[in-house]
Amino acid sequence: MTSIANNEKIPNNVDLASDKRLQRALEEWQPRFIDWWKEMGPEGFQEDQIYLRTAISVDADGWAHFDYVKMPDYRWGIFLTDPVKDRTIGFGDHFGKPVWQQIPGEHRNALRRLVVTQGDTEPASVEQQRLLGQTCPSLYDLRNLFQVNVEEGRHLWAMVYLLHTYFGRDGREEADALLERRSGTEDKPRILGAFNEPCEDWLSFFMFTYFTDRDGKYQLLALSESSFDPLSRTTRFMLTEEAHHMFVGETGVLRVLDRACDLMKVDKNEDARAQGAIDLPTIQKYINRWYSVSLDLFGGEVSSNAASFFAGGLKGRAKEERYEDHIALDATMTIPMVKDGRLVNEDVALRNAMNEVLRGEYIEDSQRGLDKWNRLIKEKGVDFTLTLPSSRFNRQGGIYAGIPFDPSGKLITKEEWEARKHEWLPNDSDKTYIKSLMTTPIYEPGKMANWISAPKQGIKGRPVEFEYVKRQA
Amino acid sequence: MAETHSAQPPVRFETHPSQYKHWKLTFDGPIARLAMDVQEEGGLRPGYPLKLNSYDLGVDIELADAVQRIRFEHPEVTCCVVSSAKDRVFCSGANIYMLGMSSHAFKVNFCKFTNETRLGFEELSRESGVKFLCAINGPCAGGGYELALACDEVFLSDDGSSAVSLPEVPLLAVLPGTGGLTRLVDKRKVRRDIADVFCTLAEGIRGPRAQQYNLVDKVVPRSKFKDAVETRAKELAASSPRNTKWQGLAFAPLGAKYRDDGADYEYVTLSVDANARVAKLTVRAPNTDTPDNASAIRELGNELWALKCFRELDDALLNLRFNFETVGLVVLETEGDAEKVLSSDRALDKNRQDGFVHEVLLYQRRVLKRLDLGARSLFSLVREGSCFVGTLFELSLASDRTYMRDDPDAAVPPHVQLSVMNRGTFPMSNGLSRLETRFLSDPEKAKKLGASDDRFEPSDAVKAGLVTVAPDAIDWDDEVRLAIEERASLSPDALTGMEASLRFAGPETLESKIFARLSAWQNWIFTRPNATGPRGALTMYGRPERPEFDWRRT
Repeated sequence: MTSIANNEKIPNNVDLASDKRLQRALEEWQPRFIDWWKEMGPEGFQEDQIYLRTAISVDADGWAHFDYVKMPDYRWGIFLTDPVKDRTIGFGDHFGKPVWQQIPGEHRNALRRLVVTQGDTEPASVEQQRLLGQTCPSLYDLRNLFQVNVEEGRHLWAMVYLLHTYFGRDGREEADALLERRSGTEDKPRILGAFNEPCEDWLSFFMFTYFTDRDGKYQLLALSESSFDPLSRTTRFMLTEEAHHMFVGETGVLRVLDRACDLMKVDKNEDARAQGAIDLPTIQKYINRWYSVSLDLFGGEVSSNAASFFAGGLKGRAKEERYEDHIALDATMTIPMVKDGRLVNEDVALRNAMNEVLRGEYIEDSQRGLDKWNRLIKEKGVDFTLTLPSSRFNRQGGIYAGIPFDPSGKLITKEEWEARKHEWLPNDSDKTYIKSLMTTPIYEPGKMANWISAPKQGIKGRPVEFEYVKRQA
Repeated sequence: MAETHSAQPPVRFETHPSQYKHWKLTFDGPIARLAMDVQEEGGLRPGYPLKLNSYDLGVDIELADAVQRIRFEHPEVTCCVVSSAKDRVFCSGANIYMLGMSSHAFKVNFCKFTNETRLGFEELSRESGVKFLCAINGPCAGGGYELALACDEVFLSDDGSSAVSLPEVPLLAVLPGTGGLTRLVDKRKVRRDIADVFCTLAEGIRGPRAQQYNLVDKVVPRSKFKDAVETRAKELAASSPRNTKWQGLAFAPLGAKYRDDGADYEYVTLSVDANARVAKLTVRAPNTDTPDNASAIRELGNELWALKCFRELDDALLNLRFNFETVGLVVLETEGDAEKVLSSDRALDKNRQDGFVHEVLLYQRRVLKRLDLGARSLFSLVREGSCFVGTLFELSLASDRTYMRDDPDAAVPPHVQLSVMNRGTFPMSNGLSRLETRFLSDPEKAKKLGASDDRFEPSDAVKAGLVTVAPDAIDWDDEVRLAIEERASLSPDALTGMEASLRFAGPETLESKIFARLSAWQNWIFTRPNATGPRGALTMYGRPERPEFDWRRT
């Protein structure tokens, strides 16, 4: 048995020990991954012992195994949710036929593109967040950051497993290229725009995990419907991990709000900034920014790719079984479009609007967190309501790209946009203020930075004061 | 009932850099920069936004104009950099929705025009020493890559997303229509199996592999891309042999007067008989002798007959091609003093080394090729008062048949005459002169005829094989009328195929292959149900359903 095939080193349920081809591919790729992790993973914490969750099997006990581990020694594994017996294709032109265990030639390129695009986001987010540890507000948060990071790493493994196993030489090259691109660089940027945006402060991190990882959730939900069964099973397992990332975002923002409201109460002018907290209008601007950037990730509102992915059974809708019509050939969707300077409703063939369908689900899901945040603000007796801006606001892709809309979705002039965009999106002074709060890391167990409240509870039954990260320095 | 006009307003071909919507043409010493910046809502026809630097005929008309400006207005230019002014895309090729909405005839004519423009790049490079450098800064698909293939060198930005591709086969079930396949293996000499892989890969190839496969000449990291292109452009500019020592000429407006049934110019008249599906194209000789020194010729500039007449002829041919689709036969006639035509030929021949004269001769060459490729039957009528001599005898040589009136009683008996210009100044797309192609069986005869300055009157002209028949004055009217009516009655498709097969005897060149394959393969595939039937891939593109194919190989 080669070193790579050792189940201890690479936990898996894909019978790696007897899969010579996969072993050979991983033998080359795994050292490169570790090199990438050391170069582009969290900066300054590689020798520390972190209390992390590791998936060592897919059953109830195994998928969440907690222990201290140095990040470069983390056991990134390969897991697919158990197969559904006699699963059939749930949508599109091949509806009702058996799902595919191998890729049909005609869909090979399209599937590879889907897998590569999804896979590229995983290491990208690790790169975007690599400096955050140096300004962490607590050991609890530092550990959560690293948990998110290692799991994004594992999601990269999940996609690489598919590339190695099902896409031949091209797949191996794409797997290598996933380690060669670098978020935000000029020469080798990551594929999608949002994953080249710097995530340089913790408020952005919470927004990213709430909004951008939620895009990930919906992409995974759509891919988990795929006729290509290994992709479906892989993404279903990834979804279990993704939930934690959004939890980090949702509770992170909640704790920032909690602290802001408390400190407003002690200030005679109810001025959160005067007390070193993050004021609610600034939080609203960060929501506006990260939400709109994340909406772009769903792709164009009218898309021939989306139609052909659906027709071919490659990518469906989230929870396809909730829909009645799985062929979606005759239905349309009404989408407001800009024509001659006005918004006009137009009917688009439903298959071509599949990105918009998924975006709609995402928007609904995003609102749930805002409702919780607003409940807290209300309970604290503060008169402020956070809102999601219109899906037309600040878009860089799709039919609204580059057209000025205000946060309510009203078409405005370019002049008005230029004059008012700093009211709606974080401006330089907002960013400077946020950074000024996060200059020194908090490494003392149980202690929180001034601008954030402690979490209600710790990890896996441990207290908040638990030493989640054992610093070696 | 014959219908010559489509419901659309006619297409016009005259434009000016100040009117460009889609290209930015700038000049910086010896370097011209052509940056593509297609305006989405600026399509020639309504109904298809030109997204992602996709193009339609209007975009290509500007491109063709820009190349002419570089030739005539900017003799100082020795290198042209073709790039995109858009951030995230180089060019995504011909607009697919435009193709989907267009008639078959329009599609073919559109492809033909874009081919002529790209061949014009290559001619400008080969014959005038203006080197084309294509700087691909973003995805470059289909017609976009074919534009690159027409350049001398291709640089590709290595940024993870810039890729070259010919996705026509896998995505649309058609072929690249602008010489992409031919240039891949004939010009860039990409190995056939690699080309096969490339042409079936919709997403294309990016980064170092594109260079390894010789799909591009150089792959450069994005941060160094601009500098690398600049450096190379300067090198290419410096190494150019172009004669830059002449004052550029700004084209004057053509001054065409368009009619519903044709157009009038100073030296050219186009008259269409829609019911008969016949057009008469008359070309007139210069009114004066042409001065035989270069500076006097340049002084004439826009008024030089050889330039003005051929600019008018070019416009008339394009007008005919796009705005009078059902005209099947073009009757070519000439009028005026044959001596004045020969005077022009002598003057231009004597001053071939002059940069301006050089460009005028190339211009005439391209217009004559456009005539060869018009996909209309061509009959020349030689009679009293006509001037089918020298350069204008090329019109007769380009024709499928020439009728010469045998009229001994005429004051000046009709005659034809050759000049130095029939000896290779105006090669056809097969690389041979029209005279050589005509006498493929007897190259010596072609040489001898070309070298003589004899006037051929009807019986000698028939004997020498320079004209088809010479009916006498009594038979002339009937003969000609019957020939025209008979021709106009035959199947347009069969005639196009027959004429193209007969016109281009002799060797193949890159150019002849491109047009032949466009006319044969691409046209056939465009009309097959697998592409344009109700469930064809081109029809289905962008629609929610997937195409269905008839799997029988033909």
